[in-house]
Amino acid sequence: MDGYFGSYAVVAVLIVIGVVIYVGALTINRLLSPIRPSAEKLLTYECGVDPVGEGWAQTQVRYYVFTYLYVVFAVDAVFLFPWATVFADPGFGLTTLVEMFVFLGFIALGILYAWRKGVLSWT
Amino acid sequence: MTTMLAGPIGPSLADFGKDPWWISLIKAVFIFVFLMLGVLFGVWTERKLISRMQNRYGPNRAGKFGLLQSVADGLKMGLKEDLMPRTVDRVVFFLAPVIIAVPAFLAFSIVPFGPMVSMFGVQTPLQLTDLPVAVLFVLAMASMGVYGIVLAGWGSRSPYALLGGLRSSAQVISYEIAMALSLVAVFLFAGTLSTSEIVNAQAAGGTWEIGGLSIPLPSWYVVMLFPSFLIYVVTMLGETNRVPFDLPEGEGELVGGFHTEYSSSLKFAMFMLAEYVNMFTVSALAITMFFGGWQAPWPISLWDGANTGWWPMLWFFGKLVIAFCFFVWVRASLPRVRYDQLMALGWKLLIPISLAWIVLVATVRALRLEGGDRTLVMAMLGVIVVVIGVLYYAFDTSRERKKKDQQAQVREEFARLRNEPTAGGFPVPPLDLPHYHGVSSRPAVTRADSKEVTSEAKV
Repeated sequence: MDGYFGSYAVVAVLIVIGVVIYVGALTINRLLSPIRPSAEKLLTYECGVDPVGEGWAQTQVRYYVFTYLYVVFAVDAVFLFPWATVFADPGFGLTTLVEMFVFLGFIALGILYAWRKGVLSWT
Repeated sequence: MTTMLAGPIGPSLADFGKDPWWISLIKAVFIFVFLMLGVLFGVWTERKLISRMQNRYGPNRAGKFGLLQSVADGLKMGLKEDLMPRTVDRVVFFLAPVIIAVPAFLAFSIVPFGPMVSMFGVQTPLQLTDLPVAVLFVLAMASMGVYGIVLAGWGSRSPYALLGGLRSSAQVISYEIAMALSLVAVFLFAGTLSTSEIVNAQAAGGTWEIGGLSIPLPSWYVVMLFPSFLIYVVTMLGETNRVPFDLPEGEGELVGGFHTEYSSSLKFAMFMLAEYVNMFTVSALAITMFFGGWQAPWPISLWDGANTGWWPMLWFFGKLVIAFCFFVWVRASLPRVRYDQLMALGWKLLIPISLAWIVLVATVRALRLEGGDRTLVMAMLGVIVVVIGVLYYAFDTSRERKKKDQQAQVREEFARLRNEPTAGGFPVPPLDLPHYHGVSSRPAVTRADSKEVTSEAKV
């Protein structure tokens, strides 16, 4: 496990090990635990009272806009990270600073727009 | 300008990816065991600590001081009948706990426990692996955990679980942005995203020479970047769904939230496990980013051997325990916030402040780096401050206007209700009373008004 991708290989192997451990634990649980299902046991719990109707219900999802905003700001953060690492290197300096300020300005405008539109408040 | 003092330098990125496979295996097993035991005794510590804070005894039956309580609970969950309600989406219902628990463990692989040590004759850093994008990796794993939450809520086919899942995911992704932005200032100073090198960068503070005076700068970023740290603390509570931001599990509203249908079986234990491991991860990240990682705190650091060998693991563990106790302390002290307050705090306060703070830190950093063009940088900073001021003013005036409009509307409505109490649907109170709109700038008047309304309603 050496070279540039060596560190990543460790992570990949770890994912496999993690999945194996968890699936193994669940399998062992399956083998050791008693299984005596009954109609009452298999009922959806909800809040303790017998469920009425289907599990699906129509509701107003008030926070779906946040997922759009999340995409914008997550990308913003991903751009900021490499910038922050090279910022202090020689040859970057002031131009980098100005460019990032312009970028952050646009992002700030975005959140201001969402704010003014009332997206961020409970409706 | 900035001169680095000589300090204990730990491993850097180049030291990773050289371990023989069996060393990696030892470290991986160690992390796994560490986290498992951490969760078991973390749960015990939390229950014991919070009950002492609330004048109770807490668990005291299983083992000495109730130490084995979590072990007993874990065994019980492992051997319990695993119910899968009839209506659930079976595949998603099974996958969700795995999707939430595996990334939680993965994130710990880049946490630095200590410097280079000799392990069975091999020189190796006390850290499983390090990546050039290590911190980004932690954030990515936290995002993967959100899939587990959403899928658990979706697969359960229960309205409570579904709403809890949606709520929780909206909260976690909102706070994750603020968390990422709060870390940018650290990267600006450290110049890297690799955790081991961030720890190195905090080994010794530089000196700031200003007009012949040389002022030593503190080495831990918690001092220099205190606003970043504050934002990080708030977001780490939000990110792990802990009190005061534990709305996904608001019992009064959503029963158990996204894991309502996982009747306390092994699958539920995995959600529990993931929650605690996430707490350890954000604590470890806080320690690595702001508290110098495994480096010894001040009085101990005077001893030369403090930052060598296996000792740093002890300092790291001590810091982790303190961070965990902070979580418990917060849980004992604070009430739960309302959902709209939570979102408003995240989007209207934490994110704008983070952005402004990044701009400020970058400018100051540029000033310290370049002796040359200070006037230009200062002018830019001035322009930015003026622009922010103008924006805030515009914002504030419009908000004031809206507030006044709303107050006028509320007054008008109360006047109408006073003249004609049945307008609100007497004897059943109207579903939407003016004071539900949250206007309370003049409580005295409002209270008098409502008293009049009730007295007239009684007549």
